[in-house]
Amino acid sequence: MGMRIALFATCLADAMFPEVAIATVTVLERLGHEVVFPRGQTCCGQMHINTGYQRQARKLVGHHVDVFEPYDAIVAPSGSCVGSVRHQHAAIARDPVLAERVAAKTWELSEFLVDVLGVVDVGASFPHRVTYHPTCHSLRMLRVGDKPLRLLRAVRGIELVELPAADQCCGFGGTFALKNADTSAAMLADKMRHIVQTDAEVVTAGDSSCLMHIGGGLSRAGTGVRTLHLAQILASTL
Amino acid sequence: MNPLHGIEPFPVAARKALADKQLRRNLGHATATIRDKRARVVAEVPDWEELRRAGEAIKAATMARLDEHLIELEKQVTARGGRVHWARDAAEANRIVTELVQATGAREVVKVKSMATQEIGLNEALEAAGIAAVETDLAELIVQLGHDRPSHILVPAIHRNRTEIRDIFLREMSGVDPDLTDDPRQLAMAARAHLRAKFLTAKVAVSGANFAVAETGTIAVVESEGNGRMCLTLPETLITVMGIEKVVPQWTDLEVFLQLLPRSSTGERMNPYTSTWTGVTPGDGPQEFHLVLLDNGRTSVLADEVGRSALHCIRCSACLNVCPVYERTGGHAYGSVYPGPIGAILSPQLTGIKNNASLPYASTLCGACYDVCPVRIDIPTILVHLRAQAPAPAAEAVAMAGVAWAMAGPRRFRFAEFLLRLGRLLGRRGRIRRLPPPLSAWTASRDLPVPAAQTFRQWWRSARRPQ
Amino acid sequence: MSARDEILGRIRGAVGPAPAVPPVPRDYDVSGGHITEPMELLADRLRDYAATVFTCAPADLDERLADITRGWRVAVPAQARFAVPGAVRDDPPLPYSDLDAVDAVLTGCAAACADTGTIALDAGPDQGRRALTLIPDRHVCVVHADQVVRSVPELVRRLDPHRPLTFISGPSATSDIELNRVEGVHGPRSLIVVLVDPVGSGSGRR
Repeated sequence: MGMRIALFATCLADAMFPEVAIATVTVLERLGHEVVFPRGQTCCGQMHINTGYQRQARKLVGHHVDVFEPYDAIVAPSGSCVGSVRHQHAAIARDPVLAERVAAKTWELSEFLVDVLGVVDVGASFPHRVTYHPTCHSLRMLRVGDKPLRLLRAVRGIELVELPAADQCCGFGGTFALKNADTSAAMLADKMRHIVQTDAEVVTAGDSSCLMHIGGGLSRAGTGVRTLHLAQILASTL
Repeated sequence: MNPLHGIEPFPVAARKALADKQLRRNLGHATATIRDKRARVVAEVPDWEELRRAGEAIKAATMARLDEHLIELEKQVTARGGRVHWARDAAEANRIVTELVQATGAREVVKVKSMATQEIGLNEALEAAGIAAVETDLAELIVQLGHDRPSHILVPAIHRNRTEIRDIFLREMSGVDPDLTDDPRQLAMAARAHLRAKFLTAKVAVSGANFAVAETGTIAVVESEGNGRMCLTLPETLITVMGIEKVVPQWTDLEVFLQLLPRSSTGERMNPYTSTWTGVTPGDGPQEFHLVLLDNGRTSVLADEVGRSALHCIRCSACLNVCPVYERTGGHAYGSVYPGPIGAILSPQLTGIKNNASLPYASTLCGACYDVCPVRIDIPTILVHLRAQAPAPAAEAVAMAGVAWAMAGPRRFRFAEFLLRLGRLLGRRGRIRRLPPPLSAWTASRDLPVPAAQTFRQWWRSARRPQ
Repeated sequence: MSARDEILGRIRGAVGPAPAVPPVPRDYDVSGGHITEPMELLADRLRDYAATVFTCAPADLDERLADITRGWRVAVPAQARFAVPGAVRDDPPLPYSDLDAVDAVLTGCAAACADTGTIALDAGPDQGRRALTLIPDRHVCVVHADQVVRSVPELVRRLDPHRPLTFISGPSATSDIELNRVEGVHGPRSLIVVLVDPVGSGSGRR
């Protein structure tokens, strides 16, 4: 029987990368589940927390918790937003117990597919050469491990190539990209060099934010490598 | 100059370091090598996580009763013939050490590499009193002879390559072979010859401490080259300066840290030499021993419930070696003797956040530091905690308040998205290549996609029944 | 107020009147149970650190030590129960310049740890004062099988912290120049270990 899943689209995907949120809906519905979009949602507050604006973040966290509290399963196409919900919200929320309760039923997409739904093959087809960048918060806050890779390996026609020094941060870091722009750019340059080395057509990851940074660099450098969110590859069919 | 903070904020200092190609190469090579070594020797320990948890708990338990452990340490050291001194701050510690050296009549002291004495600027204080402090760790010697600053906790000359080191030795080391090559072995042997005479004649040594055991009064120094043994054994007088957080309650606590530290630090199963001593041993080693217990801001760190675990640090420097920011900028950009991730949480707490306001932001919060920390210091969480205390730039505060206002509810958010879509006008072929400050920091090196023509929530409303 | 009282007062103010003391989980491995052949492992680890390792039976020890040190000027601890022909006793204590001039020092040890290849000295009668094992250029160290423990916790627990202790894991080394390991900086430049093993010995230099 299908589940009723609340989509936590994330503010970034909503405004800048709607195709990522649409792809998430597509994958979940294809697997026979009902997806709802709680319309009150705005932002989880991660940027404010991580930039040191706790007072404002507290309001955003409270709002997020209120909006998602009624749902049984909450899924987001973002390792870092889910990381914030799971590891930061309780410490900052006015009602930590409620925040913990919402956090406990919030999943990043690859975790939800593999751990909750028990699915690895989502029926996708993507005949391209792809490399995967594990974003830091997926890797080290959520410990998604090889779940995204298992999902990608099951995609028909995909040629998956290993990214050298994959676990190294791309240099995005939220407002770090602005506050420490030179260091961020230096890290990005190394990440792009590794991506280009793979000869991949597409670099994918589980976070639109990191991909915006990596994709912006790849575009500026004229590499011709595209960025696609993991959800977009999983949503693809022939 | 304060050894705990620089003159320039991190982003400015980092920009200069990033422009130094040689530095980038040296750092990249060194950090990658040591990261791999560490990963190999950690992987062979089946109970590594249990050891980390024990190390974390020992430190936390120690801090909770720090006063009692220090009193016990003092009692035990004194009972075994040592003398204990207390220093509230750097100036007091420097005055104590200077007076102790002056009382011996010595004009020169040999030093074991020590973060605590760097932190208080002891060498400069001794120099001002006419006492020469000779650094005996090879890297510290390279730094001292090069009139340079250390850039790494463990390998302070990590920013120098062999050719640079040879040039420094040729220029600064008296009596050195003019045909000295840049072979690391030859360079090390030149340092051996240079220092040997000093060791055999030194009257006073100054050291730090890796651990001090309260129940027995035992001090431990962990090292590789043997310069530590030389300093701790041969001179008549030994003066050890240690931060108050270095105390551990029991002797058996060392069985945990002597496993965690070497593997995390140099990537060895065990470091070549560890020396422990308790007070004075008649007929063996220094016959006069002084222990200086240093606060210098540590008690303020202890007062912060979230930040205090920065005091658990055992100075292994594993967090530096895995940090993608440190790897690119090196240690000097942090402006403090404590660089890297641990420095970014320790230095601002020791000096007060105002004097190191940019350091908590010198991280992408990637979390690699927390993963390798042998005592499980949650560095990313403390960085975020300190960011909340740091003074915010006015323009940023306005922008962040504006964003928070817009995110407060869906109606405002939709309005903000409408405004954002106006940004489409700035783009060509779906890309924005140039934005005004402060967003120019983004577009200096990356394009920005134009905002979507239709937001997700607009799509949802048009394609779906309303929820 | 004295610095001592002020610092102690600051600490008490910082942690509050009734700080929680977390329990310390000691569920790490104390006995090194996974190590099945400690003598072999010790030899391997020592070699890994570029120490020279010999193995011999108890009855052959004197001969073996004489072989190793032939032609060298050797210093031995004041109260050592062993010696090699022509050895100089550290009694009265030799000046540093004399220690600097000998070819080797010959000592026993307090214990050794297989897991890490560590030899511990505690300045006991067959080891002498610390300077003796520090200044000479070579250190020949005899380790008996019953002194070998498996793990670091076993090693630490076997030692008396009130004695001056030196834990030696291979010859001194530096990696300060481009992280290239260079052996032999300030301590003895070579470490020669003789493992005395009543069983499975006699194979000479392994």
